[in-house]
Amino acid sequence: MKPRTIALRLVKTALTVIAVVVLSFFLIRLAPGDAATVMAGQSGYADEAFIKSLRAEYGLDQPLPVQFWKYVRAVGHGDLGTSYVRRQPVLTVIMERLPNTLLLDAFALVVAIMGGVWLGGLAARRPGSAGDTAVSVLAMLFYAVPQFWLGMMMVLLFAVWLAVLPPFGIETMGADYTGLARIGDVARHMILPGVTLALYYMASYARLTRAAMIEVSEQDFVKTARAKGISERQVLRHHVLRNALIPLVTYAGLQASLLVGGSVLIENVFSWPGVGTLAYDAVQARDNPLLLGIFIVTAILVSLFNLVTDIAYGVVDPRVEVG
Amino acid sequence: MLDRRAMLGAAGLLAFPAQAWSLPPGKRVMNAMMTDDPATLCYPLFNTRLTQEICGNINESLLLFDWQFKPHPNLARAFEVSPDGLTYTFRLRDDVLWHDGVKFTARDVAFSCGVMLPELNPRSRNAFSHIDTITTPDAYTVVIKLKQPFNAFLMSLMASSAPMMPAHIYEGTDFRTNPYNLKPIGTGPFKFADWKRGQYIHLVRNAHYWRPGQPGMDAIYYRLCPTPEQRMVAMETGAVDLAMADDIDTVLVSRLRANPQIVTLNNAYYGTSEIAVMEMNMRRWPFSDRRFRAAFMHAIDRDFLVKAINFGIGKVATGPIPSSAPYYDPKALTLYPHDPARARALLDEMGLKPGPDGIRHRFGIMLTPDGGGEMTRGAQYVKQALAEVGLEANLEATDWPTQRRRSGNWEFDVDNNSYGEYGDPAIGTSRFYVSSNIRKGVPLTNLQGYVNPEVDRLFAQAAVAVGRDEAQACYSRLQQILTHDVAMVWLYERLPAFFYNRRLKNVVLGPNGPSDGFGATTLA
Repeated sequence: MKPRTIALRLVKTALTVIAVVVLSFFLIRLAPGDAATVMAGQSGYADEAFIKSLRAEYGLDQPLPVQFWKYVRAVGHGDLGTSYVRRQPVLTVIMERLPNTLLLDAFALVVAIMGGVWLGGLAARRPGSAGDTAVSVLAMLFYAVPQFWLGMMMVLLFAVWLAVLPPFGIETMGADYTGLARIGDVARHMILPGVTLALYYMASYARLTRAAMIEVSEQDFVKTARAKGISERQVLRHHVLRNALIPLVTYAGLQASLLVGGSVLIENVFSWPGVGTLAYDAVQARDNPLLLGIFIVTAILVSLFNLVTDIAYGVVDPRVEVG
Repeated sequence: MLDRRAMLGAAGLLAFPAQAWSLPPGKRVMNAMMTDDPATLCYPLFNTRLTQEICGNINESLLLFDWQFKPHPNLARAFEVSPDGLTYTFRLRDDVLWHDGVKFTARDVAFSCGVMLPELNPRSRNAFSHIDTITTPDAYTVVIKLKQPFNAFLMSLMASSAPMMPAHIYEGTDFRTNPYNLKPIGTGPFKFADWKRGQYIHLVRNAHYWRPGQPGMDAIYYRLCPTPEQRMVAMETGAVDLAMADDIDTVLVSRLRANPQIVTLNNAYYGTSEIAVMEMNMRRWPFSDRRFRAAFMHAIDRDFLVKAINFGIGKVATGPIPSSAPYYDPKALTLYPHDPARARALLDEMGLKPGPDGIRHRFGIMLTPDGGGEMTRGAQYVKQALAEVGLEANLEATDWPTQRRRSGNWEFDVDNNSYGEYGDPAIGTSRFYVSSNIRKGVPLTNLQGYVNPEVDRLFAQAAVAVGRDEAQACYSRLQQILTHDVAMVWLYERLPAFFYNRRLKNVVLGPNGPSDGFGATTLA
């Protein structure tokens, strides 16, 4: 991808983020009640004088356009405001949780791609066979089953009945593991949410890989390879799969961005302390600055993922020029 | 593509020994749960069960109570009551330190009982309104003179009602916004360590705790487990050790009772004696009409509610004072058995006739945000029962802040709630019925706007009665009036179970349950 194209994409990314800020700011304020009444309710006191003082303290007594202008100006300076509930800078709160979400998403994406490509390849080898049907049924099943239900079933099976994996959380509370032991502890905690998240996407990859491989198998260059006497394994690996990967890259890029937002449910089912649970908490507590901050950070991440996907697309298939 | 070796590797990853996530041996760490992040850790500011369960380890009271509600020394090493019942003298321990190293003295008691608790805690406000003066002759003596004898005064010093708060932290500050509300300082066996919202609250042992040999554990984590399924699984897998009060949904209680690794206590909340209720906003018609409230009661089959909806956990409530509590008088009560025909007749008498669609009246019931748990299911049943008599209730879901705000500001028709009696009606019950406790903006007060001068007088008289017979006479008459007036819709007496893992011992030692903290708890 040319530098000019990348620059253009960055401009588009910036415009997207601005649109997200504007829309989110006003949409959040459409909800009934304001944050001051919520904060007063939380403090155990909801008398009018206290609510008034909170409105003044957080600038909520000013006209909406003034509030918006102040917010935009602050965001422009990298200040996403202060969380009403946590009384901490929003950016600090998000950055504390973001690595957990990215870790879970990356793990899920890797599992989904590897598992999906393997299953899709398996199915494409003999279309219409029992193996192909089994993969298709499994793919449909994991695609159709609600993720929260699947998560609960995974907990029941692996945490309660088999007792081989922890049911939720990111680490064993109070164990104070360090070094490799801590990495192992986090990894164990990541398996259930990660695999649950991955299964849904894995189903899509399996179906996509299968379809793409069957299509590529029909191409002349594959027939030529077979006619040259190259082993079937090599034909599949080096000729079919490689060419079938092109649509997969696009799909993976799209899904990577979806994962960031889509892990809200899974993070809550497994109490995974990521941005998803943070967003849920922010909605529950009407912590508007935090919610807005999450929207902005998520929008930036999604845009960046899309940019990376476009670049990767060009690398995998040099014929493609993304404008 | 994955080959056989990769598959074997993946299988090996799963083949951890059972409960591989459990704590390493010898770790004296206890894991408890919380259903929600508390709004604050300032004990008196938001004195809910969740705050009590956490802050009971941080803040302590002057006295502790045994199963017979007999007071025993705690931060007060001795106490005397004058023969006229007017003067209470407390001799404090001189070896108690606040968690920040400052000495605990009489100044803290005077500040807590004279200023902070009456201002913030509805139960304390009621009980401590009887105080005339508080004097501190020396640093470790507190003399409290009452305006008139108040027979529940010692009981009002139970930890869940009267935690001692540090004067040097709070005096002269705005209690609602003091930063120490989020990092509390106490004298208790555990110190606040950190609070990761959305994850956990972490308490660590207080190495300078005054009680020898305590605490028996090094740390407590209160882990956020927002869904009932998570909490159940957490107990079953040993990921947490304690399930308190509403942590386990009544649907799942029998499953946990059957678990051999789990100990069940049925008396951990004996001192609270809680009743699930519906409060009606009597400023609004038709809730202001006694006949409507009576019809409401007659429409509900509370026996069915307990047995079928609540899986037999609890007991039908017959009036404002729980049947297990002192002064309960079944002979004084007007009862409201399930009688839909009587309910319809009362509504007809009021002129609330069914419209063309069969509906007599539409109104809202504000739900307790318990995540679809016991209280919500109860309200769903009540909605169906009311529909049978032509009343259409709209169930209004809320979150806690909204629930507190709306109830405090009287923005509801009917509020689904529960309240504890805390050992004496003068402490836990009167606050919901006396007109002096109608305080806009403050939840857990007389939200209904119920006003009856005779009730005000009787509660006042009962509180200062010298003999038990005199108090009983007042409370009997009160039960007669309040049940006749249907001053509230009493649904059922809640009897929440408390569960703990067998690896622990000495978990609950008195009727105040977890609110007395886990200082004595050790590994079994």
